[in-house]
Parts: sequence; structure tokens; C-alpha cells
Amino acid sequence: MSDRVPTMQPHGEGLDLRPRTNGGDARSVTDKRLALRVDHISAWYGKKHAVGDVSLDIEANSVTALIGPSGCGKSTLIRTFNRMHEVATGARAEGHVYLEGEDIYAPGADPTLVRQRIGMVFQKPNPFPTMSIAENVAAGLRFMGIRSRSEIDGRVEHALKAAALWDEVKDDLKKPGMALSGGQQQRLCIARTIAVEPEVVLMDEPCSALDPVATLKVEDLMRTLAKDFTLVIVTHNMQQAARVSDHTAFMLAGDDGVGRLVEYAPTEEIFTNPKDERTEAYITGRFG
Amino acid sequence: MPREQFQRGLRDVEDGVLEMGSMVDRQLDRAMQALIDRDLPLADAVIRDDGEVNRTRFHLDNMCVSLLAQQAPMASDLRLIVAVLAMVSDLERMGDHAEGIAQIVLLTRDEPLVKPLVDLPEMAIQARQMLRDALDAFVDRDVESAYLVGRADDSVDALYERVYRDLIAIMTTDGATIEPCTHLLWIAHNLERIADRATNIAERVVFTVTGMLPEMDVSRY
Repeated sequence: MSDRVPTMQPHGEGLDLRPRTNGGDARSVTDKRLALRVDHISAWYGKKHAVGDVSLDIEANSVTALIGPSGCGKSTLIRTFNRMHEVATGARAEGHVYLEGEDIYAPGADPTLVRQRIGMVFQKPNPFPTMSIAENVAAGLRFMGIRSRSEIDGRVEHALKAAALWDEVKDDLKKPGMALSGGQQQRLCIARTIAVEPEVVLMDEPCSALDPVATLKVEDLMRTLAKDFTLVIVTHNMQQAARVSDHTAFMLAGDDGVGRLVEYAPTEEIFTNPKDERTEAYITGRFG
Repeated sequence: MPREQFQRGLRDVEDGVLEMGSMVDRQLDRAMQALIDRDLPLADAVIRDDGEVNRTRFHLDNMCVSLLAQQAPMASDLRLIVAVLAMVSDLERMGDHAEGIAQIVLLTRDEPLVKPLVDLPEMAIQARQMLRDALDAFVDRDVESAYLVGRADDSVDALYERVYRDLIAIMTTDGATIEPCTHLLWIAHNLERIADRATNIAERVVFTVTGMLPEMDVSRY
């Protein structure tokens, strides 16, 4: 792994990637292999403290959902998982995120390489407007320096198949990406993200701009993708979290406006028998 | 409080369980009264009214299904609805057992009693108390009281054992009593099953509150 990303610093000798028990630094819900360890992450926009000291372990090849009311910091948090947060003016983060044991916030870690290994899909489908369907998927590959036409074609086809879009577009690969429907555009963006074979795919409200049928397609796709990738999704839709995720983290902003992790558990447990009364109040709709 | 319509729906379902519980309790009371008094018209009424118990169960089932489909309940709300679906099934079966007792009353008509009716009415009193206690525990969301219902079942089981042994003894000494003894055994069996169903309801109370599904096994205590 460190061969691929030489600029990332491995965390100290013998980082224990086994999950910690509750009460430890990280909140863990699994005894399986971890993809990400989020370690005391806090985030700010200028002076505004948005996320306060979140620690959690994310299981590899699973879907983890971040839920919580607007303003709870879940979108900010997910952006700290691939150093997208700091792109906003005045934004900064503190803490560590370990990808397969390597700290993406280590001095010298290259944010571009981080984002290659931890891809992101956004709320609004954003195909590159001047590019064809195939070029959209190939864009990341070219950026990585792949020049071979046949390799690019093969990986474009593979990514479009993995994103469950191939059958719908295989005869129209040269058409503009913007000509697709909203749901197809979002699957195109997913294809573009997975074409570079990241280890983790972050999705920030990936279905909130889609109609119900397109939403269910993307949800099915998430389950399939979890076989090869680790997925983390932010969603306002609790039913969606219940349907697609293996683990759910509930966040809430305190009176001080800082978003914190309230409860993190297997999804079935969060939705049938949450332990924290604030989680219960939120998911049963008794908030406020 | 947000989701007022949903909250009202949950309250209606819960009230419905209590009403159905009262109906079943009354059915059981009247079935035993028909047995003790050899009151055939009363037994007839119990049999007729079982249809009402069944209709109430289906009505409550439908209310639960609507809430599941339309309100997507979660957490304690979800547990409540799932528990109610099981509870109304148990209550309906308890009603069937009360009807079963009434059927036996019609069957035996003026058949002479092979033994005085002491243990059977006592079983009925205890089983009805268990039902009421289980429903009280439901209303109060009281896990400890629910567990006490499970424990009370031991006493009904012990009475059933005693009735069973007594009746077998009578049958073995006098072959002519086999049929009336069998009728009484059937009644005892119905009462024993009613107590078991009350225990099931108590288990669902524990589930509603804690999310755990304990089996209130006799051997536990």
C-alpha cells in the first residue's frame, strides 16, 4: 500500500487496526477489517466550530451511513475523510484519519493522492459538461497518467458496468454526459469515481436530487459496490440509511452548535433499539 | 410534538389491545360461568361472540399494517407495533380457548360431574389475573411486572398437573367416567393454554420496552 502512495506517512510502529471497544478513543462496531479509522477529528469553518472530536472505525467492504438533522456536521465530517473539507476558504480540520493504517493528515501526505484513494460522489450529479460519457469516466484515468487507449477503454467499460450503467449507454458512449437523465448522470459520476479504483467511496446525499426509481437503483448499486469498495454515505433519508447501510452513525449539534457523534452501531440496532434517547427521538420523528 | 397523526394511531392501537383484552377476559369469565351453572344459552352466547373477538383482531392487524406502510415506524414505535401484532394473535387464540370451553359445556349438557369444580375455576381465576397483569404491564411499560406474569404461569401449570392426575385416577378406577373426565381434561387444557398465551403477551411487553425477546420458560424459575 505504501508503495502506491509514498507521500503518506505510515502511523507509528504497529498501529492496531483492530477495533477498539466502546469507551476507548474510537467508537467501534465491528471486529472485521477496517478501511478507515477516524481519530479525534474536529473541523472548523473560520471561527465556526462545526464538528467536535469525532472518532469512529469504518469497516472495510461495508456501507456506513452518517445521519442527523441539518447542521449536525455530517457533511463536514465526511469531507474530512478525504481532505475535501480544507478546500473551502477558511476551513480547517484537526485530528487524524487512517486509511489502511496511514494517516491522511500526516505532514507530507498528498491530498490529491488521498482523494484518488478515497473518492467522492456529490449531492448533485456533476458530469464534466463538455465531455462525452466515455470521456467523463476516463477523465480520472488520464489524470492518473494512463495513456493506453485500450486500457482506458477497458477500464471505462468496467467502471460503467460496475456502476450499472453500461447497458443503458454502451451505444451512446460519445454522447455528452449531460444528455443523460439525473439518475444516469449520478451513476456516471459513480463510474467516474470508481474508475480510478479507490479503496473508499464517500457519497454526500447521493440520491437527494433523484426521483424514487433512480434512488432505488443507486441504492441497489451501493450494496453491489460494497463488495469491492468501502462506502460511506451521508443521507437525510433515514429509510435509505436503514435500507443500504451496515452501520449507522447518528450526529447531533449541541447547544454550542458543534456537531458530535451521539451513537454508532449496527444499522439494525440503531433502527430497532437505539441506546441513546436522542437517537430514539430523532429516528422516531419526535424531535423538537 | 411532531407526527401527531402517527402518535394518535399508536394510541389507538394500544387502546385497541386493551379493549380486546377486556373482551377476551369477559369471554373467559362467561365461559366458566356457563360451565359452573350449566348455562347452555350463555355458552351459546360465548361461541357467538367469539366472532367479534376475531373481527377486532383483524381490525387491529390492519391498523398496524397501515402504520407500518404509511408511517415507517422506527425504534420503540416499531417495537410497539410488532409486539401488538403478536399480542392480538395471542388474544385471539385465548378467545378461541374460551369458545372451546363453551363448546365443551354444550357437549356435556347435563352430564354428571365426576368431581367438584374447584381446581378448574381456580385455574381460570389465575389465568385471567395473568392476562390482566400482562396488559397492566403493557400500559405501564413495566418489565418487572411482565416477568411476574411468567412466574405466575408455574402455579397454573401446577394446578393443571393436579387436575390431570386426579382425572386419570378417576378414569382408571371407573371406566364409565372416561368420557366426562376427558371433557374436563379438555377444559383444563384450554385454561392451561390461556395462561401460556398470557405469558406470551408478557414476553412482548418486555420486547416493547427493551427490544429483547426473552422466553419466559417455566424452568427459569
